[in-house]
Amino acid sequence: MSLVKITDLTQRFGGLTAVSDLQVDLEEGGLYGLIGPNGAGKTTIFNMVSGFYTPTEGTINFDGNVINGKKPHSVTALGIGRTFQNIRLWHDMTVLDNIRLSQHYHLGYSVFEPFLRTKNYFKNEKRIEDKSMELLGVFNLQDIAHEYPKNLPYGIQRRVEIARALAAEPKLLLLDEPAAGLSSADVVDLIDHIRWIHDNFDITIWMIEHQMEVIMNLCQYIKVIDFGKTIAEGTPDEIQKNPQVIKAYLGDEGDIYA
Amino acid sequence: MGNFQQKSLFTGGGIVFALLLVLAKFGMIDLYVQSVIMFIGINIIFATSLSIVNGYMGEFSCGHAGFMAVGAYVSSVLSVLLFTENSLLGGSLLPPSSAIFLFPFIILIGGVVAAFAGLLVAFPSFKTRDDYLAIITIAVNFIIVTALNNMAFVGGSRGFMGMKKVVYAMTDVVKLPYMLFWVGTFVVLTIFLIRRFFTSTYGKGIIAIKQDEVAAEIMSVDTNKMKIIAFMFSSGLAGISGGLFAHVIGYVNPSSFSILKSTEALVMVYLAGMGSLSGSVISAILFTILLEILRPFAILKWVIIPLILILVMQFRPEGLMGDKELPDLFPKLKKYYKFK
Repeated sequence: MSLVKITDLTQRFGGLTAVSDLQVDLEEGGLYGLIGPNGAGKTTIFNMVSGFYTPTEGTINFDGNVINGKKPHSVTALGIGRTFQNIRLWHDMTVLDNIRLSQHYHLGYSVFEPFLRTKNYFKNEKRIEDKSMELLGVFNLQDIAHEYPKNLPYGIQRRVEIARALAAEPKLLLLDEPAAGLSSADVVDLIDHIRWIHDNFDITIWMIEHQMEVIMNLCQYIKVIDFGKTIAEGTPDEIQKNPQVIKAYLGDEGDIYA
Repeated sequence: MGNFQQKSLFTGGGIVFALLLVLAKFGMIDLYVQSVIMFIGINIIFATSLSIVNGYMGEFSCGHAGFMAVGAYVSSVLSVLLFTENSLLGGSLLPPSSAIFLFPFIILIGGVVAAFAGLLVAFPSFKTRDDYLAIITIAVNFIIVTALNNMAFVGGSRGFMGMKKVVYAMTDVVKLPYMLFWVGTFVVLTIFLIRRFFTSTYGKGIIAIKQDEVAAEIMSVDTNKMKIIAFMFSSGLAGISGGLFAHVIGYVNPSSFSILKSTEALVMVYLAGMGSLSGSVISAILFTILLEILRPFAILKWVIIPLILILVMQFRPEGLMGDKELPDLFPKLKKYYKFK
């Protein structure tokens, strides 16, 4: 079943067309990759899907709902989680609070109940805390629940950010360059980690990544874009042999010898 | 056990408060000291309410006195119309002695109206932030003060009075230091409400906006709604402090809620350290006492106080407490009082 269906998606910023006529079809449960040279428009696509930009043209259909024009928080409530290229945790809040806060869309109590401390308030705060601790336990992060993210190593921060995205129980997880800034040992861990999440959380993953090791190891289907246009798509093997992709990444051989 | 000790702290506070009232009733504390204590209370509410926006949410509001003015005028007009003979309606609408029960509701109504005035800043804050929002808050302060200056039925720039009569009407029934009682009660209520809200996951959504607004929005926090809540909560409490201020002094005029008054709140919050509730309380106490000590120096105090602020910003930019609470600094207090 198709989870995400993007048709004719275009984003213009003034005179610049960042993304044009994008077509995407993601099946439920797949692991997809999105690659392309710097400035190709990859993060713009993610920003549109997560509701941060409103597309100039086209529609994004997610799980039966048209989501373009919706605010990011309601898109998250519908089931799209994401991480950022540069880690955007709340650094002056504990790891536990970070996880708790991404369940803000279904707290289960109204704005007056924190003041009145009703039974319902305590019940739901307990539910949120238990669920957050359980999730941290699954990620083996329970020991740092009360640490501040700014004091943690970069690799751990990445894991906390992924855990935070999963706390909102998304059906689709967008990973924006999860391997950026990681050491090569951490990258190997990350690959196992993402595969493990994909197998255990019953989730569709769509990732942007520059490190081919990550993309080629994980993704079943890859889309390559350049200057906002799709230039190739296919399985990792097909992409690696595609002359257009090689040209986009390495330049035209003809140029060199001309 | 911890719960029991927190209760004992509350009982202890209650005893101190009751003792203060009894001493005041029998004239053991002179009126000057009483009024200083009341101003400390009013400043605590005023400063902590500003710290909701400037401290917890990380926006820069510099027109906080505008909302204080709304609360002060609304509750003053209401209480004068309801409980005293006035030029507008002639006789009082309700028997003056009923003020003894209705007074807190009058103050609360002033707070609610001020909370809605807070929407004047909340809606622009969806699209603007930082310096630009700060300019909007100053503009709102000016709009409110200018509007009051031009409203003939509240006395325009001459100001509005008659609130003392309401206080006298209450003391005619039973002689008690009412204003001291209500200031104290609303201080406790304010701290109680802020503390409860910001320890809940709901309230922490506002702190998330301060630390990273984009992440907050993407991680399912409805930032526009949280901004409305923060501004309404903050300006509502400022309105309560205004209502109390008006009834303690017995007289309000627009110029007492000018940008200078807003600056006082800023000084208290920044002296305290942003995002520290106990810090705001401590600095409101210090600041009010300092103002009283410097009273003989007249205008010179407006040289000395800014100088203190400059020195604090130079040598301790995060404020006296930073974002710490008292129990973080004195761990033994954790037994009695926990904030985070």
